[in-house]
Parts: sequence; structure tokens; C-alpha cells
Amino acid sequence: MKILVCMSVVPDTTTKITFTDNNTKFNTAGVQYIINPYDELSLTRALELTEAQGGTVTVIHVGLADSEASIRKALAIGAHDAIRINAEPVDATLVAQEIANWAGSQGFDLILTGRESIDYNGGLVGGLIAAHLDLPFINIVTQLDVAGTEVTAIRDIDGGKETVKANLPLVASAQKDLTEPRIPNMRGIMAARTKPLQVVEASGVQALGQSLSFELPPAKGAVKLIDAEKAGDLIQMLHQEAKII
Amino acid sequence: MSILIFAESSEGKFKKAVFEAVSYGKEVADKLGVEVNVLCASTQVPTDADLAALGKFGANKVWKMTLSEDRPAAMAEALADAAGKCGARVVVISNNYNGKSIAPALAVQLKASIASGVISVPDTNNGFQVKRGVYSGKAFAQVNLTSVVKILAITPNTFAIKESGNDAAVEAFSASISDASYRLKAQSVNKVQGKIPLTEAEVVVSGGRGMKGPENWGLIEDLATTLGAATACSKPVADMDWRPHEEHVGQTGITIKPNLYIAVGISGAIQHLAGVSSSKVIVAINKDPEAPFFKVADYGIVGDAFDVLPRLIAAAKELKAAQ
Repeated sequence: MKILVCMSVVPDTTTKITFTDNNTKFNTAGVQYIINPYDELSLTRALELTEAQGGTVTVIHVGLADSEASIRKALAIGAHDAIRINAEPVDATLVAQEIANWAGSQGFDLILTGRESIDYNGGLVGGLIAAHLDLPFINIVTQLDVAGTEVTAIRDIDGGKETVKANLPLVASAQKDLTEPRIPNMRGIMAARTKPLQVVEASGVQALGQSLSFELPPAKGAVKLIDAEKAGDLIQMLHQEAKII
Repeated sequence: MSILIFAESSEGKFKKAVFEAVSYGKEVADKLGVEVNVLCASTQVPTDADLAALGKFGANKVWKMTLSEDRPAAMAEALADAAGKCGARVVVISNNYNGKSIAPALAVQLKASIASGVISVPDTNNGFQVKRGVYSGKAFAQVNLTSVVKILAITPNTFAIKESGNDAAVEAFSASISDASYRLKAQSVNKVQGKIPLTEAEVVVSGGRGMKGPENWGLIEDLATTLGAATACSKPVADMDWRPHEEHVGQTGITIKPNLYIAVGISGAIQHLAGVSSSKVIVAINKDPEAPFFKVADYGIVGDAFDVLPRLIAAAKELKAAQ
């Protein structure tokens, strides 16, 4: 089985988000970058599937050279090789089209993404790739099994879960619970240094959405404290003052 | 030219998000001086009376189409056809799981751009700009969309439902749906029974490590049931399997935006706050007066959850009995 895992590189979840240049740019000072957590789940599930059934796992990333440390980490976790498409990942349209353009002729059986990146939160790349390549798309999967060419997946739907079947090749996006992420070991880290990381020039897709400026949520006023002994008063406040219950 | 809105139905009924989407679409349509068309494509289309009633929120015409299976790909194909027929420049859908499965398939068919998680009406004075959530609730971005057709996936519980007009005209709609849209075969569907889905809840009661163990969740559930709320939890609670992962709110769980979020025994790590900070009113209950949650809460109680919760439940029952 030939699996492609699409990964984005995002600020660590503990990052305090701030902006520079009159709120037009994300402030990267002191920020640690990680593999997008949902993409890491895709990668781990891909490795589990190929370890059990044979095959290869390729990771692909659309981004500039500064993301190569994170790509090496994906190789250390166990991916066999990596592709970096050399383009600024401006929006989901650009990222998905670039990946589809490259992957279309490569004969992948399974293409995995995360259900969204935790920075841009678009949640669109997997669906766009599937649409470009005319493949079935299973969004937000918490379980993914492959038997021969048949995929069985459980996906989150609004207000519940759905079990679906479809045939390879297809695209799926990972949700929490798909598997547990792996920590790379020393052997993996050593091996990653010599694994192929190919840089591919972008095909020049135009982004259709540009983030012009950013803002932080408005600051909250001071908290109104209620004595624990009179906790019941809170209910009246929520009813009469906040008018929310 | 027009605005096209996707009206999602579940078991023959519309949810509140549809009324929000139509009200939102009406506002956008008025800005652009165009009509509001609605498409409802589902296995169980609501009654004509329910469809016509979308006119109250601003729909001029409502198209109905019965699908053989409820697949997002089929809905996208029907929407693409409808968008072509009514010359839609903007397509509005809800930013829920179904909407996020439909939007990309639709975008490729219409060569459209998409903004998901939209929280503003477009500013058309300088391009076509909308505000959307980024960094998992930690910030917002002003995004300019440059394609001819734009898809806006709007965040539920963000836009007011506005009643303005009269009943809309209801017409049957037909579009050919390719076999490719039915390549996923549903084996079974498990809907959460007797509980309010977290993503749709207006009130959420959420528990953290301060609850000490899954056996104590009866208190959280009691308060939630009394308030008509959904239950949620913090990441450590989901990681320890005290609660299912679907209840995990935060940066790597789900982002929610209820009217009221009550956090019990949750310290308020930055990742958790990211997922809930857009809630309209936040209540924090924690033993530790230094808990970060108190910095973002509107109301706070410094105290032990096991003392505070029974008092809240009693007061909430009293209020509900009086209502």
C-alpha cells in the first residue's frame, strides 16, 4: 500500500499568539513549531497500516525551507520519504491544488490529512484534494481500517458517528482518537538524516484567499466572584443579569 | 445573480443553524442587491410549510430535492447545479462537520474560494473581506476572497436569527447526481440519543481533573440536564478516558461557542481556553483562586466542586420549577 500523508507545520499548542507589523503578520519570535497534531495522527496510522500490510509512507508538505526540521521529525517517526513543495502555504486552495498536482500521477492508494490545522483551522485541504483527484473523501475519521482494497472507517458526524465503507484509492482526514502519536526514538532520528527529502518547485497555483490582518479576542472585564457558600446566587445572576438561562 | 444558502435538514427538520444561515444570507443579499435562494437536499426533506417558512428569515425561493442517501458529496453536486441555475455569487453553509465536507467538493466544482469559520458579514467596500477564527480560537483574521464565486461557511451560534419577510415560494429541484457522489457506503449511524450534541448546545457544563474521577460525573450531568445543557470536558479528562473524546473541548479537541460555558474543576490551560473563549458568558468554578480560568471568566466561584455543584443544581432546579 502506498500512502501519502499531508502535513502542515504549526505553532506549538502552548504558544501565546501575537502579531507584528500593525497586526498584519504572525509574530514568530520565540515560537516553537510542531507537526500539526491531527497530521501526526494520520502519519502514525499510516505507519501502523504499512507495518501490518506492507507498503510505504510518504509525507508531503507545502511550505518554505524553514519547515524542514519538522519534516525530518516526520521521517524520524517513521515516514519513508518526504516531499516539500516550495511555496508559501497562503490558503487551502493553493495547498490542496499543489498537493493534487504532484500526487495525481503518483498512484497513491490512500491520502491522509488532518481534519484541520490548528493555526489556519480551514479544515478544507483533504476535501479539496479528493475533489481535484476525483477520489472518495472520508472526513473526520476516528477509526480507519484497510482490508485488501476495502476501507472501513468511523467518522464523526454532527451529533453522532457514522460507519462507512469505500474502496481505495481515497482520501481521509484524521480526528482525535484515530491512534496515539509516536515519539521518535534515537534510531529513527539517526535514520531520518539520510532519508530522502525531495524539494519540488511549486506549479504556481494562485491563492484565492489572503489574510490581510489579525486581531486578538477582546479583553474580558474583571471576573465577578460569588461566595462559594452562596453558590446558588449564580443561577439567579445568570437568569436575571446575564439573561442567559 | 443571487445568494445561495444550503439548508441542512436532519430527520425532516431544520435546526437553528439553518435559520441563522438564511438570516445571514439575507443580510449579504441586501448588501449586494440580489435575491436569496435556498436549496434543501436531503433524504428527508422537511414539509412544504417548513420550507416556505424560511421566507420569514429572508428566503425568496426555496428549492427542495430528495437524495437517495445523505452524502455530503451529493449535496455538493446539487448545490453546484443550483448555484449555476441561479447565478450564485455567494454560497452560505453552516460551518459544521457536514458543511465542512460539502464546501471543498463544491469549491472545486464552482472554482470558488472558501472561508470557513466565518464570524462577520462580508465587507464589500474594499474587495470581499470576512472575519474568521484562526489559531483555534486564539485570534481572528480578516480574509480577502478574490474568486468570482465565494463559499462562506459560517460559525453556528454567531449570527442572530432575524424575521423579516413572508413565506417563500417552494419549488422542486432536480439535478443529476453522479454515482461518484455515492462511493461512500454508510453501514450504520449512531446519533447521540437523549442528549444535546455539544456543537449545537447553547449551554455547556464542562468538567476537568478537579472532578477527581469519572464516577463523579453525575453532578456535571445533573446540572447539565437541569439547565438543558450539553456536557464537555478538558483534555486530561478525555486522555484518561474518564469521558469520550467527542466531549473534549480545546485546541486539539473541538472549538465551541455556546451562550453559557460553565467550567468546573478546569484550571484553564491556554489550549483549553482557545476552544471556549468565544463563549458569550463563562463561569469558572475552581478551588484554586489563581486558576487562569478566572482571568477569562465573567463569573467565578472559588470553592470545591463537590460543595458548589449541589448548591447550583438545587438553585437551577428551583429556577426551572418556577419557569
